[in-house]
Amino acid sequence: MIDYIMDFSLILFYTMRDVLPIVLLIVFFQLVVLKQPIPHLKKMILGGIYVVLGLALFLMGLEKALFPVGKIMASQLSDPVFLGVTEGELANWRSYYWIYIFAALIGFATTIAEPSLIAVAIKADEVSAGTINPWGLRITVAIGVAFALALGTFRIVTGTPLYIYIMVGYLIVIIQTFFTPKKLIALAYDSGGVTTSTVTVPLVAALGLGLSSAVPGRNPAIDGFGLIAFASLFPIITVLGYAQFMELKNRLLKIKTKKNAL
Amino acid sequence: MRYRKFILLILKKLWAAVTDLIPIIVVVVFFQSVVIRQPFPEIGDVIFGILLVIVGLMLFIEGLEIGLFPIGETMAYALAKKGSLLWLMVFSFALGFATTIAEPALIAVAKEASIISSDAGLINNNQEVMDNYAFGLRLTVAFSVGLAIVIGVLRILKGWPLHYLIIGGYVLVMLMTLIAPKEIIGLAYDAGGVTTSTITVPLVTALGVGLATVIKGRSPLTDGFGLIAFASLLPMIFVMAYGLFWF
Repeated sequence: MIDYIMDFSLILFYTMRDVLPIVLLIVFFQLVVLKQPIPHLKKMILGGIYVVLGLALFLMGLEKALFPVGKIMASQLSDPVFLGVTEGELANWRSYYWIYIFAALIGFATTIAEPSLIAVAIKADEVSAGTINPWGLRITVAIGVAFALALGTFRIVTGTPLYIYIMVGYLIVIIQTFFTPKKLIALAYDSGGVTTSTVTVPLVAALGLGLSSAVPGRNPAIDGFGLIAFASLFPIITVLGYAQFMELKNRLLKIKTKKNAL
Repeated sequence: MRYRKFILLILKKLWAAVTDLIPIIVVVVFFQSVVIRQPFPEIGDVIFGILLVIVGLMLFIEGLEIGLFPIGETMAYALAKKGSLLWLMVFSFALGFATTIAEPALIAVAKEASIISSDAGLINNNQEVMDNYAFGLRLTVAFSVGLAIVIGVLRILKGWPLHYLIIGGYVLVMLMTLIAPKEIIGLAYDAGGVTTSTITVPLVTALGVGLATVIKGRSPLTDGFGLIAFASLLPMIFVMAYGLFWF
């Protein structure tokens, strides 16, 4: 019990330390620059306390429950004994199929729980007056991360250069941009950056480092990186794709109603 | 009667947090019991941890709606009303810089990067040089995020189309990739993703949407989003430039 309380106080302290610069900045601007009373100040402070407390509990829970299990699973799945290959020998990339499945599923699952994505989805729902469904957006982004991590682990196993994948990804984004309704482009670009924070990064980093040290011929220092970059790029593609799909559906619907009207 | 309503409301919010976590629980249980076929290590800790995550997520989302979003929006309204471009730019830069320089994920990545670079023989294998390198990297990323928010806010004010700027940024990333030292490329690509933390994202989003709401002729959806996109793109370019500068 004492241990838990100690752990929690430490995490709470770290969280407060991270929030401190933001609090100082806002207080400075209020007192020195804006010099105006803040409406609903009490409620906002209460909200701030909820955020810090909630984040600290969330992080502590992750450290107790998810991270140890996730890290053990990542290392067990890349174990040569589990894969049925000879140690130190480069196996065919197909032998690692459980890794790709695990990477995709864990990527999907952690993205659904990612607090910053929930925040952006709430905001998008609010400003679009309900036309952007928060769950629709979150699932679309999560599918993007799932695909990104499966491809990213495949890249680590095969040892192909990272920049080729990223450049092809950028080209796809650029082409898609010109065929997507303008009002959704900004949201799609933003969804790349929000996927990778509290829940996803530690697990993905463990997966990348574990896998690159288990596969012979890979250097964790060079090949361990890149999964986060993938996870920030592919959600843009899936969200743009989702926007294009909805646009197409609406257009088809319009043509249909026109025909019916005639 | 009032208490019953209150308890029902809390239960509803808790349930929302539970649904957010169901996918993770399903994936972990499936792999542990079907694929790896091993019992859970310290099952008590795991269940306790999951309960903490659920309560924490519920509190965070509640705080988001009554705290973080209103703070970001109030600042956006107040700064727009004041009408001083300079102060708005100072605030934007400081917000990006301050939230990034202390970001734990960035500190960890910078340290990792200094070890990699010294192992690769790019910098001297000397603690002082490595510390300088790591700190320089943090400064570079924090500066680039500050600049990113400034550019993003300017874009909202002027109504520049986002995609030309972002595509321009992508082209720059590609060009930099060709000339940057190979050891830093993976790190630079990842730097874009780690800068945007759980507290920064809601604040910055609320700032952008708030500004786009008060400024005439801007749409909160089309113009309000996009700040995060800049904050993920600029660090890539700057980290590669940092690599070029050092080696």
